[in-house]
Amino acid sequence: MVTSKTSVSVLFAGDSGDGMQLTGTQFANTVAVYGSDLNTFPNFPSEIRAPAGTISGVSGFQLQFGSESVYTPGAKFDVMIAMNAAALKANLKNLHHGGIIIANTDGFDAKNLNLSGYGEGNSPLEDGSLSDYTVFEVPVISLVRKALADTGLSTKNIDRCKNMFVLGILYWLYSLPIETTIETLKSKFKNKQDVADANIKAVQAGYNFGDETEMFSQHGRYEVGPAEKKPGVYRRVTGNEASAIGLTAAAKKAGLELFLGSYPITPASEILQTLSGLKKWGVKTFQAEDELAGVLTSIGASYGGALAATNTSGPGLALKAEALGLAMILEIPLVVVNVQRGGPSTGLPTKPEQSDLFISMFGRHGDSPVPVIAATSPVDCFYAAYEAAKIAVEYMTPVICLTDGYLALSSEPMLVPSPEELASITPKFAKERKQDDPPYLPYKRDERNVRDWAIPGTPGLEHRIGGLEKQHETGHVSHDPLNHELMTKLRCEKVERVADIIPDLAIDNGPEKGDLLVLGWGSTYGAIKIAVEEAIKGGCNVAHAHLRHIHPFPKNLGEVLGNYKKVLMPENNSGQLIHLIRDKFQIEPIGFSKVQGLPFNEMEIEAKITDILKEL
Amino acid sequence: MTDTLSKLTAKDFTSDQTPKWCPGCGDHAVLQQLKSAMAELGLKTEEVVVVSGIGCSSRLPYYISTYGVHGIHGRALPVASGLKTARPELSVWVGTGDGDALSIGGNHYIHAVRRNLDLNVILFNNEIYGLTKGQYSPTSKVGLKTVTSPNGVIDYPMNTIALTLGSGGTFVARVMDRDGKFMRDVFKRAAEHKGTSVVEIYQNCPIYNDGAFDVFTDRERKPDTTIYLEQDKPLIFGANKDKGIKLDGFTPIVVDLNDPSVSKDDLWIHDEKDMVKANILARFYDDPDASEDFLPRPFGIFYVEDRFVYEEALDKQIEAAQAKGEGTLEELLAGNSTWTIK
Repeated sequence: MVTSKTSVSVLFAGDSGDGMQLTGTQFANTVAVYGSDLNTFPNFPSEIRAPAGTISGVSGFQLQFGSESVYTPGAKFDVMIAMNAAALKANLKNLHHGGIIIANTDGFDAKNLNLSGYGEGNSPLEDGSLSDYTVFEVPVISLVRKALADTGLSTKNIDRCKNMFVLGILYWLYSLPIETTIETLKSKFKNKQDVADANIKAVQAGYNFGDETEMFSQHGRYEVGPAEKKPGVYRRVTGNEASAIGLTAAAKKAGLELFLGSYPITPASEILQTLSGLKKWGVKTFQAEDELAGVLTSIGASYGGALAATNTSGPGLALKAEALGLAMILEIPLVVVNVQRGGPSTGLPTKPEQSDLFISMFGRHGDSPVPVIAATSPVDCFYAAYEAAKIAVEYMTPVICLTDGYLALSSEPMLVPSPEELASITPKFAKERKQDDPPYLPYKRDERNVRDWAIPGTPGLEHRIGGLEKQHETGHVSHDPLNHELMTKLRCEKVERVADIIPDLAIDNGPEKGDLLVLGWGSTYGAIKIAVEEAIKGGCNVAHAHLRHIHPFPKNLGEVLGNYKKVLMPENNSGQLIHLIRDKFQIEPIGFSKVQGLPFNEMEIEAKITDILKEL
Repeated sequence: MTDTLSKLTAKDFTSDQTPKWCPGCGDHAVLQQLKSAMAELGLKTEEVVVVSGIGCSSRLPYYISTYGVHGIHGRALPVASGLKTARPELSVWVGTGDGDALSIGGNHYIHAVRRNLDLNVILFNNEIYGLTKGQYSPTSKVGLKTVTSPNGVIDYPMNTIALTLGSGGTFVARVMDRDGKFMRDVFKRAAEHKGTSVVEIYQNCPIYNDGAFDVFTDRERKPDTTIYLEQDKPLIFGANKDKGIKLDGFTPIVVDLNDPSVSKDDLWIHDEKDMVKANILARFYDDPDASEDFLPRPFGIFYVEDRFVYEEALDKQIEAAQAKGEGTLEELLAGNSTWTIK
């Protein structure tokens, strides 16, 4: 018996040493190659190896896959793999009623029950508390040891294959092929034949266990078909990988060298890590002594003619504030990818939040606006970083590109673009000058107020620039009051003019005019998308628009807002974008805040939509 | 603008901006010698970038007709480091002060020194904050009365040379603003050294800390309070060149060369490649005004080491990664693992 499903959300949960991230990744790759759409999210403790068996040591990997478009890893999961008692206890609240639990009974012994807080003798598998769920009890360790007894591996190494056994069960349960994982194992352990063989044997044993065991065959299998996706070549990316590739692609496209000055910080470090491995593409990374040096080395590299970027998260952005003011007044290109996390201060380092919008907008002294853009999905981190680089280079300005911990670590399939599809990026270099040419004017501007990029090493362009106010055009230090006012105005206007190249805000879903517009930005895209879709199906007059450009706004934003009776603005902060909208357009949107270190789920937003429309 | 055929002079390195330092400030002399050194090194104006932080001395880039960046307080070194990493072929000089490099920029300083990019760092040490009008600095002497230490400084001063050696410096030198030719020669050696070269300059601030270095510059006292380091030469000083430094174990002692029991052959021979000796020399940090029994303050090149430079090491890694060809944009976009949907 095979039941067809349009989407399934799965959680792999176990000790941080149980290999749950690896198992989840394998499952995701199989599903991707099979052709379903998917979205993944790892959920691990901020401690590297918290005590084994305890709640704080639980590591999870969640993914949703479907035969239709998938936008989130799922608000709740349909099936949970619990490798031990703590994993079950930590995650049961997010399992759908009637959901499936595959429990490794070997992880529910007296020791694990005590460490998890259930207490010895109080196994949830035995006390009837799980009667609302379908529970498959599988003694994974015992079965793996039996299946791999003749491999000659040590018990310790055999036990390490337990996650592959569980993966095999899941492949059987969801009618998925095991070949993708077998190929991966072969190449991953190509120098350790015995380990590769044992892992492959464990996957097969798990698969056969599903096939041959009565409790599974009675329950039956599921099937999630491939999604209708645009034909083409796909890869899977996390948001942080996508940001890194986006910056590199922008450099290649612009004909520049990419330089990243950076200091490791959660959850942004993978951008530095990824780029440090892209030397084949000529990428230079510089792990600086602190956040300040991270951005300042980039400023130096940018002065030298590189496409320079830095990546960070909230506390680091605060530290970079002074340097961003320098980059702003120097008028040199710089991309700052800020991967937002729960704040203030150290806050919730591993949890996402959208609370760095204010600091991105206003976190510099003096009048120093910079363009701010925000990514909406893991794949969109590629396009947002790319666009940030384009704006930075073509407008000679620092640009802040906002992502967050949720996008950074989530993954989804990315349709690989061809180089030709990517927008052109055209640096405007100042040209070499001869002895008799008039002196070079470093702050002479074009009709967009943009100055040229004068690269050291070019004869005739020798010039000195700095953080002191500069005289219009000549760039000489100037304390003239009217000149300061003029330069301030020119710099601000230049940033405003970025609006000339950004697209109008489009309605993502729903009517062009109507009762309610849900206006989101950043990583809330998936949850709002589903919520509005569901609300429309339920007969609501509601539309969804998502802001990529926070500063400057798209030129038609005011007009769009005016087409609806009410505007709802969900944000993972206490209400930041809503201030900007209120201030600029003199309207009263309805704020909807969630500040729990967790992304919105679609149910919350749909309920809010329904409530508002009831009162209209 | 450079005519590549004829060698430039100091004048060619002079910008169109008039230095706004106070009359009598040591910075004027440093600027002059720096421009002369650049000319004598055969540099072209377009290949030089002078980077600075904030402070009186950090106005340096505006007065030199090369490329220049006047950055933010304490942070000239990271700007210079990023620039040099991106563009190793440029000649990058850093102008910084005792407050800029050692106080607000202390963290950048120690890390830049250990990283050893090929930078030339000119550290103007006037033992005072000038631009903010006379507060004490991390190198001010204990007891100095300033606007923020009306009862005298109680911060123990930082020993620049010891700090630089301790941070892994590969070219460590000290000069005085009054020693024009000597300073210029050290600048040239610093530029020729591959790696981060630090030249500390004792520079007089006539307004807020006038005479801070008189004990070393005063014609009468200088012979006894200073010692000039010369490679392979014995450490000899004194008006009559009759005092020497001898090592007793690891302890330096002053000996009288008029004493028949003292032989010149027993004296410490300066070797700029000797790290142990350099570290001992760095501790010649006595205040001649504080006690009769002091070691003379050394000037010149304390230490030189040939060590790999960061930007070249990085370029080598990139070359190795590109041994089989540079990555294309197509390869970058596709990554290692793809699947096709038809």
